Amino acid sequence: MERIYLDHAATTPIHPEVKEAVLPFLGEYFGNPSSVHSFGREVKKAVEEAREKVASLIGAKPEEIIFTGSATEADNNVVFGVARANKNKGNHVITSSIEHHAVLDSCKELEKEGFEVTYLPVDEKGLVNPADVEKAITEKTILVTIMHGNNEVGTIQPIKEIGEIVKAKGIYFHTDAVQTVGQIPVNVDDLKVDLMSLTGHKMYGLKGAGALYIRKGTKIGKFIHGGAQERKKRAGTENIVGIIALGKAAETSERELLARVEHATSLRDKLIKGIEEKIPYVHLNGDREKRLPGNVNFCFEYVEGEALLFSLDAKGVAGSSGSACNSGSLTASFVLLAMGIPAEIAQGSLRLTIGRDNTEEQIDYVLEVLPEIVDRLRAMSPAYNK
Amino acid sequence: MYTEKVMDHFNNPRNVGKMDDADGVGEVVSPTCGDTTKIFIQVEGDIIKDVKFQTLGCCAAVASSSMLTEMVKGKTLEEGLRITKQEVAGELGGLPPAKLHCSNLAADALHVAIKNYMEKKEENK
Repeated sequence: MERIYLDHAATTPIHPEVKEAVLPFLGEYFGNPSSVHSFGREVKKAVEEAREKVASLIGAKPEEIIFTGSATEADNNVVFGVARANKNKGNHVITSSIEHHAVLDSCKELEKEGFEVTYLPVDEKGLVNPADVEKAITEKTILVTIMHGNNEVGTIQPIKEIGEIVKAKGIYFHTDAVQTVGQIPVNVDDLKVDLMSLTGHKMYGLKGAGALYIRKGTKIGKFIHGGAQERKKRAGTENIVGIIALGKAAETSERELLARVEHATSLRDKLIKGIEEKIPYVHLNGDREKRLPGNVNFCFEYVEGEALLFSLDAKGVAGSSGSACNSGSLTASFVLLAMGIPAEIAQGSLRLTIGRDNTEEQIDYVLEVLPEIVDRLRAMSPAYNK
Repeated sequence: MYTEKVMDHFNNPRNVGKMDDADGVGEVVSPTCGDTTKIFIQVEGDIIKDVKFQTLGCCAAVASSSMLTEMVKGKTLEEGLRITKQEVAGELGGLPPAKLHCSNLAADALHVAIKNYMEKKEENK
C-alpha cells in the first residue's frame, strides 16, 4: 500500500539536497567551529554560510540570526529573555490565546515572576484583531508576541498591521513563524518584527536545529550560559549537522518558494472543495483566504477525530487531529475552542497538511477513502440518524 | 499505543448497530471527552440473548464496546452487572492509561441497559 504523508505541519520529509549537504559533516568535516586549526575553520565557514542562507530567506542580516536547538527554544528565550531584560521598562506582555504552547506555557510561567500577560481572543476564523492589540497596550507593555501562521487551523495573522501598531509605540514585537518560513514569503522588515522564531524540520531540514532572528539593538538576555558561541547568547558546541541542514533547507526554500506556494495552494483547494462536495455536515476551520497554502482543517460532525485518524492510517493516509482523545489532554483543541467551536464539534477535527511531494493523485485517493471512512464511523454513532 | 486486539475490534467491530426491539437500552456519555456509547440488549428469562452497540468515540471507545458485546452474549443479567471496565480492558490486552476511564464506557452502558430492562419489567408486572 502506498503511504500518503499529509502531516507537513508536524514535520516535513528531508529534502534530497539537504541530505546530500549534511553527509560530509557525518564524515570528514567533524571539527569544532571554535577551534583555530583548519579542522575547526572549515566547519566554522560552513556554519557561517548556513547563517547567511537563513538570513537571506527572511531578509535579515547574518549577524541577526542565532541558531537554537528548536523553535520552542527560540520562543522560550524570547518570552523570558526579552521580559527579564526589559523589566526596568515594564512588566506587561501581550500574546494571543491560540499561540503554540512554546509561547503560551512560557507566558504562564512568566506570570509567576510577577509579569502580567494579556491573552488576546481570536474571532471565529482564528484571527487576531490588530485593534485589540492596540487597546491592550499599556505604558507597561514591553513585548508583543503573535504567531504568524497557526499550526492547527492555518490562519495567517495580520502581522504587518500589528507590527506597525506595536513599533509605533516602541515595543518589541516577536512572531513565531515556524509554519510560514519556507512555505510563504516572509520578510522581517515587511512584517515589522524585532524577533522571529523558525525551525529546520518544517521546511525539509532536520529536527534539532532552529533559529531566532534578533533585530540589531534588541535587548534580550542569554539563552544558555557558558562559551562564546552564537554571539555569546547561546553557549554550547553547535549542532553542526542540524545547522548545515537548516542552511540548505533555507536555500532550497528560497529557490522553490513560489512553486511551493502554487503547488500546495492548488492541492489544498482541491481537497477542501472535494471534502465539502462529498461529505455532509462538515465545517472548514480557519479562514478561507488568509490561510497557509498547505493547510486543510475540517470538523466532521458525528465523528471523533482519533477514530478518523486511525481509519485513515489503515488506508495509508497520515494526518492529525485536535480531538481530546488524540491529544492526551482530555479536552478538545484549545485553538478550536478559542475560535468558539462547540466542544462536541471540535472533537471531530481532522488536519491534513500538504507539502512539496504530494500529488494530485494522492488527493484524489484521499477524496475516495475519506467519505467511506466518515460514513462507516457515522453509521456506528448513536448521535447520527440521517 | 493500542494493542492489535484493540485495532482489530476498532476496524472490525462486532455487534455494531441499532436494535429496534431491544428489551433494555443504556447510554453513557463520558464527562471528560464527550464520547458516547449506547448498548441495546435482548433478554430471554435471565439470559442476555443478544446485544448491540453504537459508539461515537475514539478507537478505545469503539473497541471496548465491541469487546463487551462479545463478552456478555449468553451471560445472565447477574453476570452482566458484575462485568467491570477493567475486565473489558483486560480482554483487549490493556488500554493506554488515559483511555481507561474516559473511553471505556461500555460496561457502564451495559449496567444502565440491564437496569433499564429490570425497571421496565417491574412496571409491566
